[in-house]
Amino acid sequence: MKLAVIITLKKDVLDPQGKVIEQTLQNMGINSLKNLRQGKYIEIELDELDEKKAHNTVENICKKLLVNLIIEEYKITKI
Amino acid sequence: MNSTVIVFPGSNCDRDVATALTKLQFKNKMVWHKDNNLPKSDLIVIPGGFSYGDYLRSGAIAAKSNILKEVIRAANSGCLILGICNGFQILIETGLLQGALLRNRSLKFISKDVYLKVINNDNKFCKNYKKNNIINLNIAHNEGNYFTQKDHLKELEDNALIPFKYCDKEGSINDNNNPNGSINNIAGILNNKKNILGMMPHPERMIDSLISNTDGIGLFNSILN
Repeated sequence: MKLAVIITLKKDVLDPQGKVIEQTLQNMGINSLKNLRQGKYIEIELDELDEKKAHNTVENICKKLLVNLIIEEYKITKI
Repeated sequence: MNSTVIVFPGSNCDRDVATALTKLQFKNKMVWHKDNNLPKSDLIVIPGGFSYGDYLRSGAIAAKSNILKEVIRAANSGCLILGICNGFQILIETGLLQGALLRNRSLKFISKDVYLKVINNDNKFCKNYKKNNIINLNIAHNEGNYFTQKDHLKELEDNALIPFKYCDKEGSINDNNNPNGSINNIAGILNNKKNILGMMPHPERMIDSLISNTDGIGLFNSILN
Protein backbone atom coordinates (compact mmCIF):
# COMPACT_ATOMS: atom_id res chain seq x y z
CA MET A 1 0.00 0.00 0.00
CA LYS A 2 1.22 3.46 -0.88
CA LEU A 3 0.51 6.52 1.21
CA ALA A 4 1.46 10.14 0.83
CA VAL A 5 2.32 12.60 3.56
CA ILE A 6 2.04 16.34 3.03
CA ILE A 7 3.87 18.40 5.63
CA THR A 8 3.33 22.13 5.96
CA LEU A 9 4.25 24.73 8.52
CA LYS A 10 1.45 25.52 10.96
CA LYS A 11 -0.68 28.53 10.14
CA ASP A 12 0.88 30.72 12.84
CA VAL A 13 4.47 29.89 11.89
CA LEU A 14 6.10 32.24 9.42
CA ASP A 15 6.75 30.51 6.10
CA PRO A 16 9.48 32.66 4.50
CA GLN A 17 9.92 30.37 1.49
CA GLY A 18 6.18 30.48 0.85
CA LYS A 19 6.27 34.27 1.13
CA VAL A 20 9.01 34.52 -1.50
CA ILE A 21 7.09 32.23 -3.89
CA GLU A 22 3.96 34.28 -3.26
CA GLN A 23 5.71 37.58 -3.96
CA THR A 24 7.31 36.22 -7.12
CA LEU A 25 3.96 35.03 -8.45
CA GLN A 26 2.45 38.41 -7.66
CA ASN A 27 5.32 40.07 -9.53
CA MET A 28 4.58 37.72 -12.44
CA GLY A 29 1.11 39.14 -12.64
CA ILE A 30 -0.99 36.48 -10.88
CA ASN A 31 -3.30 39.09 -9.41
CA SER A 32 -5.87 36.71 -7.96
CA LEU A 33 -3.29 35.10 -5.63
CA LYS A 34 -4.45 35.45 -2.04
CA ASN A 35 -2.22 33.20 0.01
CA LEU A 36 0.43 30.53 -0.51
CA ARG A 37 2.08 28.04 1.84
CA GLN A 38 4.78 25.59 0.79
CA GLY A 39 5.77 22.28 2.34
CA LYS A 40 7.08 18.75 1.80
CA TYR A 41 5.57 15.78 0.03
CA ILE A 42 6.68 12.27 0.98
CA GLU A 43 5.52 8.98 -0.61
CA ILE A 44 5.71 5.87 1.54
CA GLU A 45 5.18 2.33 0.27
CA LEU A 46 4.35 -0.26 2.94
CA ASP A 47 4.11 -4.02 2.83
CA GLU A 48 0.66 -3.85 4.39
CA LEU A 49 -2.81 -4.48 2.94
CA ASP A 50 -4.94 -3.24 5.84
CA GLU A 51 -5.55 0.45 5.26
CA LYS A 52 -6.09 1.29 8.90
CA LYS A 53 -2.86 -0.42 9.97
CA ALA A 54 -0.93 1.27 7.16
CA HIS A 55 -2.34 4.62 8.20
CA ASN A 56 -1.33 4.02 11.82
CA THR A 57 2.20 3.06 10.80
CA VAL A 58 2.62 6.23 8.75
CA GLU A 59 1.09 8.30 11.53
CA ASN A 60 3.75 6.86 13.84
CA ILE A 61 6.50 7.58 11.30
CA CYS A 62 5.30 11.17 11.06
CA LYS A 63 5.31 11.71 14.80
CA LYS A 64 8.66 10.01 15.36
CA LEU A 65 10.68 11.50 12.52
CA LEU A 66 9.05 13.22 9.57
CA VAL A 67 7.22 16.02 11.34
CA ASN A 68 8.26 18.53 13.96
CA LEU A 69 4.91 18.88 15.69
CA ILE A 70 5.84 22.20 17.27
CA ILE A 71 5.96 23.99 13.95
CA GLU A 72 4.54 21.59 11.36
CA GLU A 73 1.28 19.78 10.61
CA TYR A 74 0.67 16.85 8.27
CA LYS A 75 -1.95 15.11 6.21
CA ILE A 76 -1.86 11.44 5.22
CA THR A 77 -3.62 10.25 2.09
CA LYS A 78 -3.80 6.90 0.28
CA ILE A 79 -2.50 6.98 -3.28
CA MET B 1 37.85 17.44 33.18
CA ASN B 2 36.80 14.91 30.54
CA SER B 3 35.03 16.12 27.43
CA THR B 4 33.62 14.31 24.41
CA VAL B 5 32.87 15.75 20.99
CA ILE B 6 30.33 13.86 18.90
CA VAL B 7 31.15 13.66 15.19
CA PHE B 8 28.52 13.16 12.48
CA PRO B 9 28.95 12.93 8.72
CA GLY B 10 28.78 16.61 7.81
CA SER B 11 30.01 18.02 11.14
CA ASN B 12 32.50 20.78 10.36
CA CYS B 13 33.16 22.48 13.69
CA ASP B 14 34.17 19.31 15.55
CA ARG B 15 37.91 19.99 15.25
CA ASP B 16 37.50 23.64 16.21
CA VAL B 17 35.71 22.61 19.40
CA ALA B 18 38.29 19.92 20.10
CA THR B 19 41.10 22.47 19.65
CA ALA B 20 39.36 24.90 22.00
CA LEU B 21 38.75 22.22 24.62
CA THR B 22 42.30 20.88 24.49
CA LYS B 23 43.77 24.39 24.65
CA LEU B 24 41.74 25.04 27.78
CA GLN B 25 42.98 21.80 29.42
CA PHE B 26 40.01 19.50 28.89
CA LYS B 27 40.90 15.88 28.24
CA ASN B 28 38.96 15.50 25.04
CA LYS B 29 37.84 12.50 22.99
CA MET B 30 36.09 12.39 19.63
CA VAL B 31 33.24 9.91 19.22
CA TRP B 32 31.74 8.81 15.89
CA HIS B 33 27.94 8.86 15.55
CA LYS B 34 27.71 5.12 14.95
CA ASP B 35 29.38 4.27 18.26
CA ASN B 36 27.24 2.92 21.04
CA ASN B 37 29.49 3.83 23.94
CA LEU B 38 30.38 7.15 25.41
CA PRO B 39 33.71 7.59 27.19
CA LYS B 40 33.50 8.92 30.72
CA SER B 41 32.51 12.54 30.20
CA ASP B 42 31.83 15.59 32.33
CA LEU B 43 30.94 17.55 29.21
CA ILE B 44 29.56 16.37 25.87
CA VAL B 45 29.71 18.79 22.95
CA ILE B 46 27.53 18.43 19.87
CA PRO B 47 29.35 20.58 17.34
CA GLY B 48 28.21 22.71 14.43
CA GLY B 49 28.07 21.74 10.79
CA PHE B 50 25.58 20.10 8.48
CA SER B 51 24.98 16.66 9.97
CA TYR B 52 23.53 14.33 7.32
CA GLY B 53 23.42 17.26 4.89
CA ASP B 54 20.56 18.88 6.84
CA TYR B 55 18.23 16.34 5.20
CA LEU B 56 14.57 16.40 6.29
CA ARG B 57 15.15 19.16 8.88
CA SER B 58 18.45 20.38 10.33
CA GLY B 59 19.43 17.94 13.06
CA ALA B 60 16.47 15.57 12.57
CA ILE B 61 18.47 12.58 11.34
CA ALA B 62 21.36 13.07 13.78
CA ALA B 63 18.86 13.11 16.64
CA LYS B 64 18.04 9.47 15.83
CA SER B 65 21.66 8.24 15.60
CA ASN B 66 23.11 5.51 17.83
CA ILE B 67 25.26 7.76 19.95
CA LEU B 68 22.46 10.22 20.64
CA LYS B 69 20.65 7.55 22.66
CA GLU B 70 23.68 7.54 24.96
CA VAL B 71 23.89 11.34 24.97
CA ILE B 72 20.23 11.53 26.01
CA ARG B 73 20.89 9.02 28.79
CA ALA B 74 23.92 11.02 29.98
CA ALA B 75 21.93 14.27 29.79
CA ASN B 76 19.16 12.81 31.91
CA SER B 77 21.68 11.78 34.54
CA GLY B 78 23.05 15.31 34.78
CA CYS B 79 26.06 15.35 32.43
CA LEU B 80 26.73 18.80 30.94
CA ILE B 81 25.72 18.98 27.29
CA LEU B 82 26.66 21.84 24.99
CA GLY B 83 25.10 22.03 21.52
CA ILE B 84 26.51 24.68 19.22
CA CYS B 85 24.74 25.73 16.02
CA ASN B 86 23.82 22.43 14.33
CA GLY B 87 24.36 20.89 17.76
CA PHE B 88 21.60 23.17 19.11
CA GLN B 89 19.36 22.07 16.23
CA ILE B 90 20.09 18.42 17.11
CA LEU B 91 19.29 18.99 20.81
CA ILE B 92 15.97 20.54 19.77
CA GLU B 93 15.18 17.56 17.56
CA THR B 94 15.92 15.11 20.39
CA GLY B 95 13.49 16.98 22.62
CA LEU B 96 16.20 17.65 25.24
CA LEU B 97 15.58 21.33 24.55
CA GLN B 98 12.19 22.74 23.64
CA GLY B 99 11.19 24.95 20.76
CA ALA B 100 12.18 25.04 17.13
CA LEU B 101 14.85 26.64 14.94
CA LEU B 102 13.26 28.04 11.81
CA ARG B 103 14.80 29.35 8.63
CA ASN B 104 16.41 32.77 9.13
CA ARG B 105 13.96 35.62 8.65
CA SER B 106 16.08 37.00 5.80
CA LEU B 107 16.11 33.60 4.03
CA LYS B 108 19.88 34.02 3.80
CA PHE B 109 22.69 32.03 5.35
CA ILE B 110 24.24 34.45 7.83
CA SER B 111 27.93 34.35 8.65
CA LYS B 112 29.13 37.26 10.75
CA ASP B 113 30.29 38.32 14.18
CA VAL B 114 27.47 39.45 16.45
CA TYR B 115 27.19 41.00 19.89
CA LEU B 116 25.54 39.06 22.67
CA LYS B 117 24.45 40.15 26.09
CA VAL B 118 24.88 37.73 28.98
CA ILE B 119 21.35 37.75 30.38
CA ASN B 120 21.72 34.99 32.95
CA ASN B 121 25.02 33.78 34.34
CA ASP B 122 23.63 31.67 37.16
CA ASN B 123 24.48 28.40 35.43
CA LYS B 124 27.52 26.18 34.92
CA PHE B 125 28.17 27.43 31.38
CA CYS B 126 28.23 31.17 32.06
CA LYS B 127 29.32 31.75 35.64
CA ASN B 128 32.67 33.24 34.56
CA TYR B 129 30.86 35.96 32.64
CA LYS B 130 29.30 38.86 34.48
CA LYS B 131 25.61 39.54 34.09
CA ASN B 132 25.05 42.06 31.26
CA ASN B 133 28.54 41.44 29.85
CA ILE B 134 28.60 42.13 26.12
CA ILE B 135 30.55 39.57 24.15
CA ASN B 136 31.33 39.23 20.47
CA LEU B 137 30.92 35.77 18.91
CA ASN B 138 30.52 34.46 15.39
CA ILE B 139 27.32 33.04 13.93
CA ALA B 140 27.09 30.97 10.74
CA HIS B 141 23.71 29.42 10.06
CA ASN B 142 20.65 29.19 7.87
CA GLU B 143 18.17 27.93 10.47
CA GLY B 144 18.79 29.87 13.66
CA ASN B 145 15.49 31.65 14.05
CA TYR B 146 14.45 30.40 17.48
CA PHE B 147 10.75 29.99 18.03
CA THR B 148 8.75 28.64 20.93
CA GLN B 149 5.25 28.79 22.29
CA LYS B 150 4.18 31.60 24.60
CA ASP B 151 4.03 29.58 27.82
CA HIS B 152 7.48 28.09 27.23
CA LEU B 153 8.88 31.53 26.38
CA LYS B 154 7.56 32.81 29.70
CA GLU B 155 9.14 29.83 31.46
CA LEU B 156 12.49 30.60 29.81
CA GLU B 157 12.34 34.26 30.81
CA ASP B 158 11.02 33.66 34.35
CA ASN B 159 13.42 30.85 35.24
CA ALA B 160 16.66 32.44 33.98
CA LEU B 161 17.01 29.90 31.18
CA ILE B 162 18.20 32.36 28.54
CA PRO B 163 21.95 32.89 28.90
CA PHE B 164 22.46 34.97 25.74
CA LYS B 165 20.47 37.43 23.65
CA TYR B 166 21.52 39.20 20.46
CA CYS B 167 22.25 42.89 21.05
CA ASP B 168 24.21 45.79 19.59
CA LYS B 169 27.65 47.01 20.62
CA GLU B 170 26.15 49.02 23.47
CA GLY B 171 24.01 46.13 24.67
CA SER B 172 20.67 47.34 23.45
CA ILE B 173 18.36 44.45 22.60
CA ASN B 174 15.89 45.19 19.83
CA ASP B 175 14.72 43.97 16.45
CA ASN B 176 17.39 45.93 14.55
CA ASN B 177 20.13 43.84 16.11
CA ASN B 178 18.31 40.54 15.79
CA PRO B 179 20.22 38.78 13.00
CA ASN B 180 17.85 35.89 12.29
CA GLY B 181 14.42 36.78 13.66
CA SER B 182 14.66 34.77 16.89
CA ILE B 183 11.82 35.39 19.32
CA ASN B 184 12.92 37.89 22.04
CA ASN B 185 16.41 37.98 20.41
CA ILE B 186 17.22 34.60 21.96
CA ALA B 187 20.66 33.26 20.98
CA GLY B 188 20.76 30.29 23.37
CA ILE B 189 18.63 28.44 25.90
CA LEU B 190 19.04 26.07 28.84
CA ASN B 191 16.85 23.18 29.94
CA ASN B 192 15.08 23.41 33.30
CA LYS B 193 17.90 21.61 35.13
CA LYS B 194 20.44 23.95 33.50
CA ASN B 195 22.77 21.11 32.47
CA ILE B 196 22.00 21.42 28.74
CA LEU B 197 22.86 24.53 26.75
CA GLY B 198 21.99 25.02 23.11
CA MET B 199 23.26 28.13 21.33
CA MET B 200 23.60 29.31 17.75
CA PRO B 201 26.80 31.43 18.19
CA HIS B 202 30.19 29.69 18.14
CA PRO B 203 32.24 30.22 21.33
CA GLU B 204 34.91 27.81 20.03
CA ARG B 205 35.78 30.29 17.27
CA MET B 206 36.61 32.98 19.82
CA ILE B 207 39.41 31.55 21.91
CA ASP B 208 42.47 33.14 20.34
CA SER B 209 43.08 36.86 19.86
CA LEU B 210 45.41 36.09 16.96
CA ILE B 211 42.54 34.97 14.73
CA SER B 212 39.45 36.49 16.35
CA ASN B 213 38.98 37.39 19.99
CA THR B 214 38.86 35.56 23.31
CA ASP B 215 35.23 36.14 24.27
CA GLY B 216 34.41 32.43 23.98
CA ILE B 217 36.92 31.38 26.63
CA GLY B 218 34.63 32.46 29.46
CA LEU B 219 32.15 29.76 28.54
CA PHE B 220 34.65 26.90 28.55
CA ASN B 221 36.36 28.22 31.68
CA SER B 222 33.01 28.41 33.47
CA ILE B 223 32.58 24.70 32.85
CA LEU B 224 36.12 23.96 34.06
CA ASN B 225 35.84 25.84 37.33
